[in-house]
Amino acid sequence: MTAGVSIQAVSQRYGTATALDAVSLEIAAGEFVVLLGPSGCGKTTLLNIIGGFAEPTKGHVLIGGRDMAGVAPKDRPTTTVFQDYALFPHMSLRDNVAFGLRMRGVDRTRRAAKADAMLALVGLEGRGDRRPHELSGGQRQRVALARALAVEPEVLLLDEPLGALDLKLRRQMQEELKAIQRRVGTTFVHVTHDQEEAMAIADRIVVMNAGRVEDFGPPRQVYLHPATLFTASFMGEVNRIPISGGRAPFGPVPVPDGTLCLRPEAISATGPLRIGPCRVADAAFFGTHVQAHVVPLSAPDLRLAVHLPQSAAVEVGAVLDLGAETFVVLQA
Amino acid sequence: MTLAAKDRRLGWGLVAPALIWTAAFFILPFLAMLALSFAHMEGREVVQGFDPGNYIRIFTDPTMLGALWNSLEITLVVTVISVVLAYPLAAIIAFRVPARWQRLALLLAVLPFWTSYVVRSYSWLLVLGQNGVVNKALLWLGVIAEPLEIASTRAATVIGFVHFFVMLLTLTIYANLIQLSPNYARAAQDLGANRWQTFAHVILPLTLPGVVTGAFLTFVLCIGDYITPQILGGNTELTLPQLIMLQLGRSGNFPLASALSVVLMAVVTLAYFASSRWLRLDRV
Amino acid sequence: MRVLSWLYLAVAYAFVFLPVVVLVVFSFQDGRLPVPPFKGVTLDWYAKVLGDEDLMAALLNSLLVAVVSSLVALILGFLAAHALARVRLPGSVLMRGVLIAPMTVSYLIIALGLLTVFNQMGIRPSLWATGIGHVVINLPLCFAICYAAMGDHQKNAERAARDLGAAEWQVLALVSAPMLAAPLAAAFFLSVTFSWDEFIIAFLLTRFDVTLPVEIWSMLKSGLSPATNAVGSLVFLVSVTLVILLELTIFRRAK
Repeated sequence: MTAGVSIQAVSQRYGTATALDAVSLEIAAGEFVVLLGPSGCGKTTLLNIIGGFAEPTKGHVLIGGRDMAGVAPKDRPTTTVFQDYALFPHMSLRDNVAFGLRMRGVDRTRRAAKADAMLALVGLEGRGDRRPHELSGGQRQRVALARALAVEPEVLLLDEPLGALDLKLRRQMQEELKAIQRRVGTTFVHVTHDQEEAMAIADRIVVMNAGRVEDFGPPRQVYLHPATLFTASFMGEVNRIPISGGRAPFGPVPVPDGTLCLRPEAISATGPLRIGPCRVADAAFFGTHVQAHVVPLSAPDLRLAVHLPQSAAVEVGAVLDLGAETFVVLQA
Repeated sequence: MTLAAKDRRLGWGLVAPALIWTAAFFILPFLAMLALSFAHMEGREVVQGFDPGNYIRIFTDPTMLGALWNSLEITLVVTVISVVLAYPLAAIIAFRVPARWQRLALLLAVLPFWTSYVVRSYSWLLVLGQNGVVNKALLWLGVIAEPLEIASTRAATVIGFVHFFVMLLTLTIYANLIQLSPNYARAAQDLGANRWQTFAHVILPLTLPGVVTGAFLTFVLCIGDYITPQILGGNTELTLPQLIMLQLGRSGNFPLASALSVVLMAVVTLAYFASSRWLRLDRV
Repeated sequence: MRVLSWLYLAVAYAFVFLPVVVLVVFSFQDGRLPVPPFKGVTLDWYAKVLGDEDLMAALLNSLLVAVVSSLVALILGFLAAHALARVRLPGSVLMRGVLIAPMTVSYLIIALGLLTVFNQMGIRPSLWATGIGHVVINLPLCFAICYAAMGDHQKNAERAARDLGAAEWQVLALVSAPMLAAPLAAAFFLSVTFSWDEFIIAFLLTRFDVTLPVEIWSMLKSGLSPATNAVGSLVFLVSVTLVILLELTIFRRAK
């Protein structure tokens, strides 16, 4: 079972503070959507509203076409993987995973079998008798996932589930999360502030800022063709170059007026949008690439970050003729 | 109904039984007592009304004023001595006793707490009495020629109280001391404070809420206690609770007993406001 | 400094233990007075005490009142703490204050207030009346312990249970209470000891069936006797056994 989520002009106020400002979103059934944004942007509030842990001041949430107003969390077709996992410390892993089934009146043998199957799904086969405190962080995270999936929700909500894990484990769990989502087919709504994580797992990314949706689209679109300046800089490093009257500081360019956004890795010797000769101010070897800062000879006040190929031997003071591959112009 | 409203209704439902109990068996009785304190006796009959006579009597009758004064003196002395004795004890257990023995040390320090309350005062009678252990020991050692009169004096009451409250305060102060990060003391010493300065400027202020909370509880329990002064203090002087019990027993003067209780309550309330800045009653 | 510390510790322990040791030692006194000189060991006083029907009846009454009143106080306190810790209610600070308030009032005043009301309502002194009073004094304690124990960890687990379909009573019974097992047990046993040992409320609110402290009090009025020592020692033995058992089971596991 899987269902779409329709968020219609949802606003949330706490006193005078606005946590969400008329947010509308259509999430398709079976989609893996990531809510991405800095802390305080409203992404967790939105997740809580979908899960029924908070009620919107205004607007509606529909799950599978059904209005969720006044429906308690326990009666919603959603379950949540909490940030701190919220495993029940006094229950075995099997009882933890079977808890939701027990609440639904499933008999003991059937729910134990289902719990064991769910534990196997997340790679914890045969550990049903353990207690949560015997597990590592990554394992707890898997149990929380198994527990939330065991009741076969139509929509699974994940509140920064990987936030407490170290980087290596986080990258590994991202892949597993994605694989599990493909297998079960449930709609996943996942909250994170890590844009790499978002791009690694999402079908579509919702970029949020200050209670508003800045951008909504597949990772490639959000990264390469951001709708706003905020998205452009939140998704990764970007050089912003003001354009007015068809002129950039380094010379005329065939683009409309606004802010020209160039990702460092889009700048190379061959790009069609010519920047012209630039002097290398500094350079450092980063493993996957060489990061350098360059100053166009024709615009000494402009400083551009550039990622050059691993093999490039760059000397400080050298002059390179550079151009940009992909770019976007945004209005402030 | 919205979810928040459902939640609130559930919340009210859960908190209501406790609130109703407290209202019915604590607040209502107190109000009834307050009302009764303005009644007076005619013969053996209680006459309701608004008569401040009981209060006038309490603050003019030398016996009653004396009892109030005795209670205040004893309670203040007991509270101060108990804190002064308990703090070092708690500190020694927290900082000198090896960590693995601390729980045992604490358990032992409060062990007599688990004897019966009535019996505890009685045991001090055996220790302090004319033929008691202390007198017999001192006589045997030749320190004194005649047995000391300790039991049936204020000193015995104070000793009995201090014994109990040192246990209570050691527990609360220890709990405060052990929560302090050792880095506070290290930081102070690193910055040049000596032991005494570290204690006076860092440790003591940080543990003050715990000490004040313990001292306040000592004050409340001590000033309202009937048993200890009744068993150990003899009949040479009366405390407020003894006076209240006397009104109930001999003359059945409930209005006067109520008025005395209201005065007792007022004293405790004053102590509460005096110490409220540091009180942490919900974290006892 | 170090020597001084240990000396202080030794003196403090001597002071703390002196009356208890005297109490226990002279409960074995082979003589009529529980004061020196010690005349030899006998168990007669224990036999006398254990054969005393009034005392044994009082002991059972005390146990009954203690267990029942503590259970009631624990349930009321736990539910109230759960509500105030979880739901944002208007006036919750005031409610917390009201529930804690009896802690700051002398037992004597609580007893006298209840006596006044019960007299006016024509309710006679009884074990029930005493039990009601004991709930009043133990409710703040149970509430405060439960409230302090309800941290974020707890709240998140309760939220997860609700999310998975648990009704509120299931959340309380299957998640909150088991997670709080140690503090709940601590609150219960502390309440039991306070109620079991409480004198003034029981003294004013019982008449014919009395509790143990009241019975001991009437023994005291007939003067010093090793029998009183024996009762005191027995109570001590029971309490200490209970404390040690608790220490070895619940509190050890709670860490």
